[in-house]
Amino acid sequence: MTVIQSTPLREVMINMNISQSFKLALKSILTSKMRSILTMLGIIIGVGSVIILISLMQGLTNEILSTFESMGTNVLQVEVYGRGSTRAVSVDDMYKIYDDNKDIFLGVSPQMYVSGDLKYGTENFYSNALGVAENYMLLNDWKIKEGRFLSYADVRDYHKVAVVGSYVNKNIYGGKAIGDYVKIGGNKYTIIGVLEEKADSTEYSADDCIFVPYTTASKMAYSSINTYVYTTKNTDFNSEAKASIENTLYSVMQGDTYYNITDMSDLISEVTEMTGTMTMVLVGIAGISLLVGGIGIMNIMLVSVTERTREIGIRKSLGAKRRDIMGQFIIEAATTSALGGVIGIVIGIVVSGWLGDIIEIKADPTPTAIMISFSISVFIGILFGFLPANKASKLNPIDALRHD
Amino acid sequence: MLQTGVSLKIYKGEFVAIVGKSGSGKSTLMNIIGCLDVPTSGQYYINGEDVSELNDNKLAQIRNKTLGFIFQQYNLITKLNVLENVELSLLYGGVGASERVRLSKMALAKVGLEDKLKNLPNQLSGGQQQRVSIARALAGNPSIILADEPTGALDSKTSREVLDFLKQLNDEGNTIVLITHDNSIAKEARRVVRIKDGKIIYDGDSEHAFERGDD
Repeated sequence: MTVIQSTPLREVMINMNISQSFKLALKSILTSKMRSILTMLGIIIGVGSVIILISLMQGLTNEILSTFESMGTNVLQVEVYGRGSTRAVSVDDMYKIYDDNKDIFLGVSPQMYVSGDLKYGTENFYSNALGVAENYMLLNDWKIKEGRFLSYADVRDYHKVAVVGSYVNKNIYGGKAIGDYVKIGGNKYTIIGVLEEKADSTEYSADDCIFVPYTTASKMAYSSINTYVYTTKNTDFNSEAKASIENTLYSVMQGDTYYNITDMSDLISEVTEMTGTMTMVLVGIAGISLLVGGIGIMNIMLVSVTERTREIGIRKSLGAKRRDIMGQFIIEAATTSALGGVIGIVIGIVVSGWLGDIIEIKADPTPTAIMISFSISVFIGILFGFLPANKASKLNPIDALRHD
Repeated sequence: MLQTGVSLKIYKGEFVAIVGKSGSGKSTLMNIIGCLDVPTSGQYYINGEDVSELNDNKLAQIRNKTLGFIFQQYNLITKLNVLENVELSLLYGGVGASERVRLSKMALAKVGLEDKLKNLPNQLSGGQQQRVSIARALAGNPSIILADEPTGALDSKTSREVLDFLKQLNDEGNTIVLITHDNSIAKEARRVVRIKDGKIIYDGDSEHAFERGDD
């Protein structure tokens, strides 16, 4: 009489069983296409919307960040509100901070928003007009295209001269701004230079700008300079630079509510954090449809187990163990869900590209987003396939064989 | 259904028919012999091993290695082709892919269906389907072949073929247990065990099994 042996090739068996279960799963998905698509619909919508939301939010974040980055991240903007006439800082005081710390700062320029209407001839137009110092071009990585930038003499002698960005040159002056005039608050400024394109020469971009000497701007507006832009050697020096500015200002003002220092690199991490949180919230909401999709799969799998009771009985009579049956149904659920995930990913990529074109941002899903969505859809199949699979594996072979 | 006091020994190489009307307890006996169920009390030894208190997984293993089932309704899986159906028990037994195909093809050749490997069950006649299920039962080279009303769904000519084939398998040394309600089928076996009301009322050679006429 033979002795019953335990299976030595358990590993092999499991592998074989998985590939067969996988083949069977694909077969049953393909034989009832309508039902499979309805089963997968929840997962398709869930994965699709997760991909779309992540892509759009990522695109939006990148768009905002690139705007900030074109302004430079090694930049600290200092606003001084002042505290009466006794506790005030002069332009020279602010320059002294730079002079004393040349190892961290690249330079400093006062910056003044120019109020007052902009006119080309008799026509009003809008642009970002700033009063700045002669080194502003170098500090902010601008390059001159035609003519020259502001000079030390322009600043010192209150010259009424202006340098314009490529958008203004192209769209307001038809590319012939040099030598022409711009009227700011009723005063005529001669355009002495045109800057090279820095962003994309569109309205409201960095190229939509006009620079005049800060001294002139201050004089015309009858107001003192209160904003300074410090440029550090690189972003690593930002916090050290901030501290040294703060020291000077605090010792003069004796209080920290009379000035404000904005670190552009902080701003960027704030934006990243904010959009990150928003993405999480939106994806969380989209994730609910993944849950609903999972329940849909569970539902159909439970029906499938009932329909295939006899098959389960046959398999058990042939020696299938609980885990064999369980594995088969879980693989089937996971395959269905994963296929839904793949369809959802494809739809997500197409739709987010299309939406990105409409709102003019680059919204391409990252490989990470795709991998994560795919893994989640497989995981959902396994999770929600577990209950039906467990039910199948516990069927009594005798009852199952008798089932019609 | 089965009452106490049933004692039955089946030896290697025997061809035993268990016969009884429905409700006689033969199904319960078959389920226990087939390791599909365990007795509420008493022992069942198979190949010298007590299997009366084994758990589901152990029973599955015994079914896989020791038993080959032939059912009245063939019980083939409709979505799998002939070869895949025959491979199933080998698959659950952990036999590697190439060996599985080799053994399955051998079993199918034995029942004369080597040219139908890729056919689906519903493309075959009833007799052919039953032969596939015989091949499936044979493929793993089990100690016992358990045939539950194997001719129940077949016409008399095909039934004859199946019975002759079972006899041939027995001649080749296979142990066969045939379960049936039909006395004339039971007579084909060498030994007949008659069950009535949960008790064995006859256990002996098939020639004298139905002499007393008390059905």
